[in-house]
Amino acid sequence: MARRITGDKIFQVVIAAMAASALVILVLNAYVLTSGSTIVFGAFGSDFLTGTSWNPVEGRQAFGVLPYIWGTLLTSGIALLIGVPLSLGIAIFLAEMSPKSVRVPLSYLVELLAAVPSVIYGLWGLFVLRFWSLNYIETPLNQYLGWIPIFGGTPGGLDVFTAGLILAIMIIPTIASISREVIAAVPNSIREGAYSIGATKWETIRHWVLSYGRSGIFGAIILGLGRAVGETMAVTMVIGNATGPRAMVSSLFDPGQTLPSLIANGFIESPNPLEKSAYVGAGLVLLVISIVINIAAYLMVTRVLKIKGGAVE
Amino acid sequence: MKTTYLIAIVAVAILVGAVAAYVFLSQPSSNPANSVFINGAGATFPQPFLNATIQAYHSMKPNVDINYQGGGSGAGINALTSKTVDFAATDAPLSDSQREAAPNILHIPETIGAVTLAYNLAGATGTLQLSGDVVARIFLGTITRWNDPAITALNPTMTLPDQAIATVHRSDSSGTTNVFTKYLSLVSSTWSNQIGSGTSVEWPSGLGASGNSNVASTVTQTENSIGYVELTYALQNNMPVASIQNSAGNFIAPSLTSTTTAVQSGASTLPTGDQSWTGVSLLNAADPQAYPIVAFTYLIEYKELNVIPSMTLEKATAIVQYMWYVVHDGQQLSTSLQYATLPTNVVLINEATIQSITFKGQTLPVT
Repeated sequence: MARRITGDKIFQVVIAAMAASALVILVLNAYVLTSGSTIVFGAFGSDFLTGTSWNPVEGRQAFGVLPYIWGTLLTSGIALLIGVPLSLGIAIFLAEMSPKSVRVPLSYLVELLAAVPSVIYGLWGLFVLRFWSLNYIETPLNQYLGWIPIFGGTPGGLDVFTAGLILAIMIIPTIASISREVIAAVPNSIREGAYSIGATKWETIRHWVLSYGRSGIFGAIILGLGRAVGETMAVTMVIGNATGPRAMVSSLFDPGQTLPSLIANGFIESPNPLEKSAYVGAGLVLLVISIVINIAAYLMVTRVLKIKGGAVE
Repeated sequence: MKTTYLIAIVAVAILVGAVAAYVFLSQPSSNPANSVFINGAGATFPQPFLNATIQAYHSMKPNVDINYQGGGSGAGINALTSKTVDFAATDAPLSDSQREAAPNILHIPETIGAVTLAYNLAGATGTLQLSGDVVARIFLGTITRWNDPAITALNPTMTLPDQAIATVHRSDSSGTTNVFTKYLSLVSSTWSNQIGSGTSVEWPSGLGASGNSNVASTVTQTENSIGYVELTYALQNNMPVASIQNSAGNFIAPSLTSTTTAVQSGASTLPTGDQSWTGVSLLNAADPQAYPIVAFTYLIEYKELNVIPSMTLEKATAIVQYMWYVVHDGQQLSTSLQYATLPTNVVLINEATIQSITFKGQTLPVT
């Protein structure tokens, strides 16, 4: 008996240590990023957050991350704008409308999309998607709607829009498969109630099913957004990698830059301490953005779990 | 209870296994008595050349194993400054602040690089001719179309399209960018005032791509584009490259010959290995046949090797002898790999530099 308690205690301590390692890693990350960016915050203060220059030339150094925050939010926004309707369509089809013979293989296929490494998406984006994007979307939009600033400029295929497009494709599996689970978790009594008062299939899905699962679907979207914000490889390959004030793009068809692509491009080789610190600072900003998004996702997902727990199947 | 024992046994087994693996793996597997392992890191531009010399040297001296990791000039300088590698290579000489961080460092130019302007103009015949000033204005974004009068004036026989120019530059920190922007600063006061030079700059226009090979492939894929790549990459990929007007007014195509000519003409006054090389410029060399955008790429090493913690007399001797080999017999490997060979005056300077390397104050045999 006594030995068992000792064994359990050791086990408990070991397991607790393992659990603590997750927290330790996050704290270490935050510590390294904060201490690494003291030089750049000391040199530029809040200008580091609001400045648009990124000039590593010795004697002219100036670093500001605003264009890359903008680029990160813009590409993620495009990704959500394109990816969310598509994902919801997939999710509704899979959960509500598809025969079982289609549902199972198609669900696997959607989840398989998430298993494709991002560098593969990047290569495909660089060699295939950018030309489709340029020839069939950007050039016509620029030709007919070029007077609207966001469609202006000279489309080149390697730009913010193409980066958003590839991110949209990459977040579809995340959003679609979680949304499908959420929709499938909506109790049948809800649907039966809707049909009993004469609602059509569309009305049932629109007003009851989606509305019942909205917080869960929102959580799924936030998780997708989290992936879009942090994606590095694929974005770096298609976004055009502009730096400085012109990365503060006004047209979707201009080359830009996100925080992850900025770091991926420059950090490894940055030769002097201030420049290196600027990249670490960009990492800190990215970490803060990611944490905010993930906390939001966590809150949303726990909310939907509560709803599921209370529901009667 | 059984599970607890099982966990304990597995944990102990893993621990023992890990210790055993560490003990075995940390011993050099072959010939532990006199094997020497040397680690180097740095510029990717000379990497194919360095790898060839490393292989050739290993077949001559099988007990010397050299491992050269690319990663870029900046990464190489950082690694040698923090003394985590035994030697490094860089395209850009160390700046004064970098020399302060790594005192008593030596520069050994081991081969020569030329920066070419590769372009993609579908349907255009003949070779594009550009002057330094026009190149600067293209990359500044003040010349935006191929049929701009400034370009057509230099290419009267070429039909140039009425299309926007897409410029392609390096998005990573790069010795190639350093050479190219130094050249642009030299030929264009606007460039020098607005942008300046360095291993990365704030590009006023164009697309960024990481690494020579990505710039080359982006230019190949993007119509009406122009980008700068190392000569080796342009030659290997059969890319059309512009002839650049040199200081004598001639339009010179980049080649191994025109590169070596530039070095012979530009390298008349060079510092010694222990001095600063930031002032060294082979750009716009005076010879009428010299290609104007040419620069050395360097091996860098501490004058006193004992400052590197993992250094031994055997390793120090092997490093010195390898470097001696690279600047002498190793040069024969360069032409087939599309690198220009070092002229004699540079080899002489390198001999003195390599002979000055010591270990615990003791000079080392170079052969």
